Amino acid sequence: MSGHSDNTVQLSRRRFLQVLAGAAGALVVGIRFAEAADLPVPPALLGDTLYGLGAYVRIDADGNVVIGVRDPDTGTGTSTSLSRIIADELDADWTRVSAVPLGLGVEDDNGKPHWTYGHQAGGLGGAIPAAWADLREAGALARWLLLQAAARRLGVPADRLRCEEGSVISPDGRRFGYGTLAEAAAKIAPPNAPVPLKTPDHYTLIGQPAGDIDARAIVTGQAVYALDSYLGDALVAVLSHCPWTDGSVESLDTTETMAVKGVVKVVPLKPEAGVPLGQTVRAPAVAVLAENTWAALQGRAKLKLAWKAGAQSESSAWFEQQATDLINDKNAAPTTRVRNDGDVDTAAKKAAHRIEATYAQPWLAHATPEPMNCLARIDKDGAMLVVPTQAPQQAWKVVQRLTGLTPGQIEIRVPRVGGGYGRRLDHDYVAEAVLLAKAVEKPVKLMWTRDEDLTQDYYRSASVHKFSATLDGKRQIISWNQRMASASALTQRGVPDDRLWTSEVDAHQLPAGLVANLRNDWYALPSVMPRGPARGMPHLSNAFAVESFVDEIAHSLKEDPLVTRLRLIGEPRMIPLGDGRTLDTGRLINVLKLVADRIEWKNWLRTVNGLGIACWHINGTYVAHAIEASLQGDRLNIERAVCAVDVGRVINPTGLEGQIAGATLDALSTALNLSVSYKDSQVQQHNWKDYPLASMAQLPDTTEVIMVPGDRDPSGASFLAMPTAAPALANAVFRVSAVRVRRLPLLKEMLRML
Amino acid sequence: MANAQDQILTPQSSNTVVPEKVREGVDLEINGRSYRHTGDDQMPLLWYLRDVLRLTGTKYSGEHGDGGYDLVLVDGKLASAINLPLTKLAGKSVTTVEGLAAADGKLHPLQQAFVDEDAIGCGYCTPGWLMASLDLLNRHPQPSDNEIDQLPNLCRCGCQTRVRKAIKRVAKGGHA
Repeated sequence: MSGHSDNTVQLSRRRFLQVLAGAAGALVVGIRFAEAADLPVPPALLGDTLYGLGAYVRIDADGNVVIGVRDPDTGTGTSTSLSRIIADELDADWTRVSAVPLGLGVEDDNGKPHWTYGHQAGGLGGAIPAAWADLREAGALARWLLLQAAARRLGVPADRLRCEEGSVISPDGRRFGYGTLAEAAAKIAPPNAPVPLKTPDHYTLIGQPAGDIDARAIVTGQAVYALDSYLGDALVAVLSHCPWTDGSVESLDTTETMAVKGVVKVVPLKPEAGVPLGQTVRAPAVAVLAENTWAALQGRAKLKLAWKAGAQSESSAWFEQQATDLINDKNAAPTTRVRNDGDVDTAAKKAAHRIEATYAQPWLAHATPEPMNCLARIDKDGAMLVVPTQAPQQAWKVVQRLTGLTPGQIEIRVPRVGGGYGRRLDHDYVAEAVLLAKAVEKPVKLMWTRDEDLTQDYYRSASVHKFSATLDGKRQIISWNQRMASASALTQRGVPDDRLWTSEVDAHQLPAGLVANLRNDWYALPSVMPRGPARGMPHLSNAFAVESFVDEIAHSLKEDPLVTRLRLIGEPRMIPLGDGRTLDTGRLINVLKLVADRIEWKNWLRTVNGLGIACWHINGTYVAHAIEASLQGDRLNIERAVCAVDVGRVINPTGLEGQIAGATLDALSTALNLSVSYKDSQVQQHNWKDYPLASMAQLPDTTEVIMVPGDRDPSGASFLAMPTAAPALANAVFRVSAVRVRRLPLLKEMLRML
Repeated sequence: MANAQDQILTPQSSNTVVPEKVREGVDLEINGRSYRHTGDDQMPLLWYLRDVLRLTGTKYSGEHGDGGYDLVLVDGKLASAINLPLTKLAGKSVTTVEGLAAADGKLHPLQQAFVDEDAIGCGYCTPGWLMASLDLLNRHPQPSDNEIDQLPNLCRCGCQTRVRKAIKRVAKGGHA
């Protein structure tokens, strides 16, 4: 390996490309993120596993290409899309590319963590934009080096050669596979300046469809999730959590548990009062540790365990009553005035027509198919954990705090994750695994059962939204007022009080920018229920309320709700919304019209089935849904679901279609069926029967996805299609049944009102 | 956690005839291989597959088999692995998702259809969908939408419409 300055290209003050000769004639190009002086990569890392290198591309002598993917793949397709972003610049043969999840990139910077991979988070919509900004050069440099190697071998200038599907092609048409050039390429000094990136007309993979890169492993049962990871001597731990976060053990008799063959130990886990294990205050628990899962489960069933109730006693019914009272109290001052354009009160006085409506939405759980789990080995001088996480750097912080180990001593592996939806941004389960491993001085494989997973979640708060809009004689909306009450997801997470609203409502949401006098007030409610980030929030709850209310306005005007929306949006133009955000009404109109055309909206008035529509925008991306629903007796059928999205450049149409179709179905499933209720602060939903994700029969037979082509830098899309599915469905239900659903879950409310 | 007592049985090499000992444990076949389990015979198949044999394609996602994450075929019939104590499996033949592809690695047409239709979200529920869909196609080679509607599986990533396409793709091909 040559000196540091010889094999490194500085891309920016913080980013470097590093070229390495890998094992057995491989060429490796990695991207490193430096803070001060970059450290050379130790030769020990040049083998087959390159955990220390960072996002990288490796071309093996046999022509196979391995790409290290830094962002966790929770089903959002990052393994595929990030690999394709790099592979395109490389002109790789996609059939020879495989992806390896990287785990956490961290090293010791004088006792502080230095994140060596840059962006590492999944399911937040940031993976593709970040990769677009800083990963492409790795592929481009590797390609450049391979070209130089070929030029030297053939004795022709590099600019007379070209690359195609994993080969360099000579002027006379001979093909030289990358594998045969890799060893020589690794010895070539990179250029002083970054290699130029491709122009879009040269993309071969970006924009083309590709199935999941891990598909074969998944359908053969070979894909390894954290729960599928084992260490030879690890004890399996299952927990019984106290129903109250402030409760405690009243009595515990472990005699029968310890008599179960294979049970090794029972360990009470008692967090310090009020101190979060991750970021969420977690209830005390009793852990049963055993040689295998079956023994641990039997042991748990035989615990004689009584909990002492905490002081908390809250019910979801009480919470909703508080929320309703608060938004109906004209004298109550809002916690935060999120937006205040024009003068709502003065405008409202001049109104010809006033419309009001209130919408209530329930508490929700995350319900990840793979339950919370963590494999942890904690030694005096090092720790290795396998963690299903969306935020490995946050997991690291929890491990570091509980072990006192230095950054370089903590290894966190992140295999493919069985669903995230915001649940795995916090690491209470990791903290529990670490505490148990320390307590028993053995590796621990912690698994929450479904019961624990549903009752010990951090939840999406219930909310109540009250709207008041006024219209003038020309049927224009002249004032708009939303009052929303909820319990912030950000309470007790180190967020200042004046920012707690940000998890609950978006200051730029529709119809901001379209109505001159618009006020959006948020009312904070206290609650003892643990809360945290949830998929699609804050858009999920607000889009349902806003886009249902727009439909109600249309109905009161006896107008086609698509026409009402198009009138409200007006001409195609750019509307500044503040904070650097802009509403491009042309793109919003476009997605609306696309779904309207596809579902044959012209039949809106005539069709026996109900048609419903809704639109939204999130950070410069645009989405609309149109849904056709029918009613047979009291059975609701979703006949068609059409979604149009405009996300800028599409990296992988197949992947994007999957994300959009998937989020549509998830949102429909959530709206149709799901709610968390609690009594005496105890969640009532314990298994899939209590928290029924939609069955195949409840969902539409097909999902129709329309992707607007674009050349803007790509945006994340993992939750983009969540917000508009439920209001489009509720609007369709209104057309087919005359029942206006103002409370979710929809099915229960519809059946109540039919 | 691997149990030395759980091993693949190999034919005796000796030709000497000795009286056969009374066998202890449960003999069963999994994906065409013979196993004998001599531990707790009440252990559900799911934990035997996962903790003992490390065949982790069959997933845990909840008790009682809700959601279809732990489906396998037992003598060709769909069954929930978490509900099956090993004692009930003596002499039975189990097929898990790991046993669907051919020995040479060629995917089963249903697996290939899932790949071709990208009927995958996070992938955690996929093995269960495959086993239930295979059972459906065994019973109804040309399943109607209503028959497909009866699949017991749950998915939060929203792969249902793509799974439906994959099943229909196989049905069109006329074999499962």
